[in-house]
Amino acid sequence: MSSQNPPLKITPYLAIIYQKLRSAFTDLLPIIVVIAFFQLIVLRQPMPELGQVLFGGLLVVMGLSLFIQGLEMGLFPIGEAMAQALARKGSLFWLLTFAFSLGFATTVAEPALIAVAREAAEIASQGNLIGPGEDAISSYALGLRMSVAVSVGLAILIGVLRIIKGWPIHYLIISGYVMVMLMTIIAPEEIVGIAYDAGGVTTSTVTVPLVAALGVGLASIIKGRNPLVDGFGLIAFASLLPMIFVMGYGLLIFS
Amino acid sequence: MEFLLEFGQILLATFRDVLPIIILIASFQILVLRQSIPHLKRVLVGVVYVILGLALFLAGLDKALFPLGKIMAQQLSNPLFIYGHEITADQVQWSAYGWTYLFAALIGFATTIAEPSLIAVAFKASEVSAGTISQWGLRITVAVGVSVGISLGAFRIVSGTPLYLFILVGYLVVIVQTIFAPKNIIALAYDSGGVTTSTVTVPLVAALGLGLSEAVPGRNPALDGFGLIAFASLFPIITVMGYAQYSHWLANRGKISPAKEDS
Repeated sequence: MSSQNPPLKITPYLAIIYQKLRSAFTDLLPIIVVIAFFQLIVLRQPMPELGQVLFGGLLVVMGLSLFIQGLEMGLFPIGEAMAQALARKGSLFWLLTFAFSLGFATTVAEPALIAVAREAAEIASQGNLIGPGEDAISSYALGLRMSVAVSVGLAILIGVLRIIKGWPIHYLIISGYVMVMLMTIIAPEEIVGIAYDAGGVTTSTVTVPLVAALGVGLASIIKGRNPLVDGFGLIAFASLLPMIFVMGYGLLIFS
Repeated sequence: MEFLLEFGQILLATFRDVLPIIILIASFQILVLRQSIPHLKRVLVGVVYVILGLALFLAGLDKALFPLGKIMAQQLSNPLFIYGHEITADQVQWSAYGWTYLFAALIGFATTIAEPSLIAVAFKASEVSAGTISQWGLRITVAVGVSVGISLGAFRIVSGTPLYLFILVGYLVVIVQTIFAPKNIIALAYDSGGVTTSTVTVPLVAALGLGLSEAVPGRNPALDGFGLIAFASLFPIITVMGYAQYSHWLANRGKISPAKEDS
């Protein structure tokens, strides 16, 4: 769209790098404005360790540009290539196995989930919901993690099955919502907040692009599917099912 | 030197996160599909960029944003800042926390704009819709949703209203919207709920939730500290479908009575 030519023809790479860095800077500008506004005007405090903050900001801009470049070169093509190769192979079993493993493998070792599960277990132990002692805490935390990982695996599996069969997404999501509401009524109060948050923490920054490429790739290779209508929705399942499973786990453990 | 050590640890942790995916894809390629990935070299370089980029991104956030953001979240929920003096549980006034709600809304908006997963999904959506869905349009709509969600979540913690009431009403709104929204936006709208909450948003939002529930007298961090992330995943669904409905309505109105636009 720009009417200007890059300044030097021998440096197209520099132009690309400059463009990536500038767009990453634009992405981060709102955060800088918000933090500066509250720090300087509302809280009326000087910026602490300005050099440190500027250095960190530089790393963030560089990291985001590299990540997005890698997304376009690596993650998107690999997700789509896998989807198309598996669809061409024509084996539903292997496609669903891949879907489940992708959800399970990326979730079970997710650091955010490990932290949340541990914290939830300690809170449950203090509230005398589970027995005291390290054994009870770690077995409860492991149970939570496994429930979430299995549910994310199942979620991707159901999502892929939906794309293949062409089921409308809203029936599945709305029945999911009804399940969440029913479970909320019967599940112990202490697990509800954790369960609701578990839905949000499961989808990591590397998983999302891969899963999105998988869905869109499948929907564009299967006849009669529209990538926009059918390709998305996998992440929605992956944030809904863990809520149901974690509340189910709470129900199982606490009663 | 110390920084290099820190960065090395983050890089190692990022690599460990990505390792299960690499193993899974490699074993499927070798054992099940038995074919090589097209443009393998380019893809591998891309994966290295992703790991390196993510590690740099996280290291930078750790240095610049998280410490400052977490301190700010605590300061803004401190009774000394809100009321000018210490208070007891029956003195809590939800209306005194204006700056906290504003901070929640703005930081929710700002971190969502910087969220790499959302950038990825917006990129795909724009590509698949041949540009009908603009990347920035989607990202801003989602960010508005997160900002409403987080400030409402902060209000919930201050006022002590039960979490499930908000979620219940939110789900009902989503269900009603689903009936009326254009069919091609529904899946993307549901997805945008899940992608908003990752690397940048979660640590800050969790700090805000925990800080608030510790600072507001009468709240229990174990019960009230959770739930902000659930708000941040629910409201973008509503704003994305709402925006799609609005532009759909606008386009239809233009088609039916174009003459009225001029008068």
